[in-house]
Amino acid sequence: MFLTNVLASAIRIMTPYLYGSLGGIYSARAGVVNIAIEGMMLIGAFSGFYGAYTSGSAWIGVLVAIIAGATVGLLLAFMSVHVGTNQVVTGTVINLGAVGLTSFLFTQKFGKIAIVQIEKLHVVPIPYLSSIPVLGKIFFNNSVLTYLAFLLVPITWWFFYKTSKGLNVRAVGENPSAADSLGIRVSVVRYVCPMISGAIAAVGGAFLSLDLLPIFMENMSAGKGFIALAALVLGKRHPVGVVISSFIFGIAEAIQFRIQIYDFIQIPVEFLQMLPYVAAVIALAGFIGKSVPPAAVGKPFFKE
Amino acid sequence: MAVKVSSEKIKEYLIVPLIAIILALLCGGIFIKASGASPIEAYKLIFKGALGSTRAMTEVSIKMAPLLLAGLSLGIAFSTGAFAIAAEGQILIGGLAAGVVGVYFGGISSWLLVPLCMIAAMIAGGLWGAIPGALYAYRKLDIVINSIMFNYIAFYLVNYFIAGPFMDPAGEFPQSAPLVEAAWYPRLISRLHLGVVVAIIVAIGVYWLVCKTPFGIKIQACGFNRKAAKYAGINVKGTILTTLIISGALAGLAGAGEVMGLHHRVFSNFSSLYGWNAIAVALLGRLHPLGIILSAAFWAILMVGANSMQRVLQIPSSLIVVIQSITIFFILASELSKRKIYVFKFIKEKLKSLENKRNGGDTHVSN
Repeated sequence: MFLTNVLASAIRIMTPYLYGSLGGIYSARAGVVNIAIEGMMLIGAFSGFYGAYTSGSAWIGVLVAIIAGATVGLLLAFMSVHVGTNQVVTGTVINLGAVGLTSFLFTQKFGKIAIVQIEKLHVVPIPYLSSIPVLGKIFFNNSVLTYLAFLLVPITWWFFYKTSKGLNVRAVGENPSAADSLGIRVSVVRYVCPMISGAIAAVGGAFLSLDLLPIFMENMSAGKGFIALAALVLGKRHPVGVVISSFIFGIAEAIQFRIQIYDFIQIPVEFLQMLPYVAAVIALAGFIGKSVPPAAVGKPFFKE
Repeated sequence: MAVKVSSEKIKEYLIVPLIAIILALLCGGIFIKASGASPIEAYKLIFKGALGSTRAMTEVSIKMAPLLLAGLSLGIAFSTGAFAIAAEGQILIGGLAAGVVGVYFGGISSWLLVPLCMIAAMIAGGLWGAIPGALYAYRKLDIVINSIMFNYIAFYLVNYFIAGPFMDPAGEFPQSAPLVEAAWYPRLISRLHLGVVVAIIVAIGVYWLVCKTPFGIKIQACGFNRKAAKYAGINVKGTILTTLIISGALAGLAGAGEVMGLHHRVFSNFSSLYGWNAIAVALLGRLHPLGIILSAAFWAILMVGANSMQRVLQIPSSLIVVIQSITIFFILASELSKRKIYVFKFIKEKLKSLENKRNGGDTHVSN
């Protein structure tokens, strides 16, 4: 029973990480560093909340988040492709700007705290499957956005490894000049991919503000985007890898919430909270199989 | 960065940042107008709120000190081409180290204890820079991701210590015991503490190091072209690692300033995001130590002034963060003019044809 509960909440906790890291794959594979996952999530959380508030429908909120996230992706793409600035710097400034913009707009509209009734994303048990004893509670009794996140995993895998478009994207990330000579339009790929990346990450943000408790707070993403980044690195920028790493981080957090209640594991909570970041460092250092980024990641490409 | 004032230098270090600031303030004006206030009045309030009284200017200086030190830290790291955005974690670790020394080493004269705390902070910060730095220089591991991860590891490490072994035995909150008074930075006027003076002296020191010494030339060479630097006989890996350690020490000193000068305790997140803001400060200062002094001052003015704008006009102070980010976007976008890349092809073609016409017209003159 305890384990079932932990696993069930791990699935819920990992959902935004999964969105963030899946989004990160699209950008990284195209050779654009996306440090801005955090900012994209925050923008997604705010626009999702705001969209749901004004329209009265949580799903329109999700749609607004997708559009807003793609717009942030467009900004990242423009700065990386056309201006050719350092993508890390651009991403960092997007993160900073996202904190400022969302809390400005939020305070302007709602004051310091918003207690407004808006539609939330309901838990939708999947018929039949949800009544399977243990697994049903863990996997088939979640919000639609959680199902969607898991559905995105095979879709992403299929896109990158089974379609020619996906192969093109990977080629652009590894060797843009070779891709260019094959007739792939590098700049188009490097526009579209960050936009997809932003849209997906923003859905993860909307999940934060619309699932369970529909609420928005200043700086709501609170580092979750960086955990997603850690999951991306630990998962070696592969869809299956990021599910596993997101799940590990989800379970670590689920246990952490229960430590205070059960008090049977003698690990300070802070060490569990540290786990995603330490794991990412170890993964980078190559102790669990080296996490190698695409060769051309972060390098602007100028056709000459 | 040999200091020889040419028009190119003036353009890069003065004109570009100034234009970026002006454009960002204009954009911010649109936001202010949209919230129903007068932009001019709002900006007047910001600058009056930050510079209108001694008390306000004191606050500006207090905020400027950590921004300046962390900005220098990042500026010197970025100069090598390593985007080690690690200042936030180094501030936390440095402050923690200064706090530990300041709490447990009572009974020593202030003349000894204050430098001891500062050294502890610099060593701790330097170490926090050395780990990702060494992994980057010698194993080519992504320094950006490692730095971000180390920032968060530092955050939780501080949380662990202040709720565990380093918690105030007399208190109930997760924070350290107060530092012994001998470990405090002496106060100059009201809240203004020695940390501000330290920061400015360090800035001049970094200017000297980067612009006037052979080591500074090595740093510049690594940032400019690593291959060429290697051919010129520079130990590239060693230079980068040393620079990143110095960078960490500077950010650690910023943390020491917060703990010893302002809070006199260690608590969670005492770094107040200075480390992240310092990235923008370093970029606005164009990575030049003297530029960073100006940009840190500007940043602090906006931060302090924002509060008085919020008080009077009810405009959320977070607007300032928006203006700050837009400023950096414009700084980044200035690359566009340097690279001569045009967003719209037709502009490019038009300019090209104009240039051709001109060149074609007076070839005999230019030859």
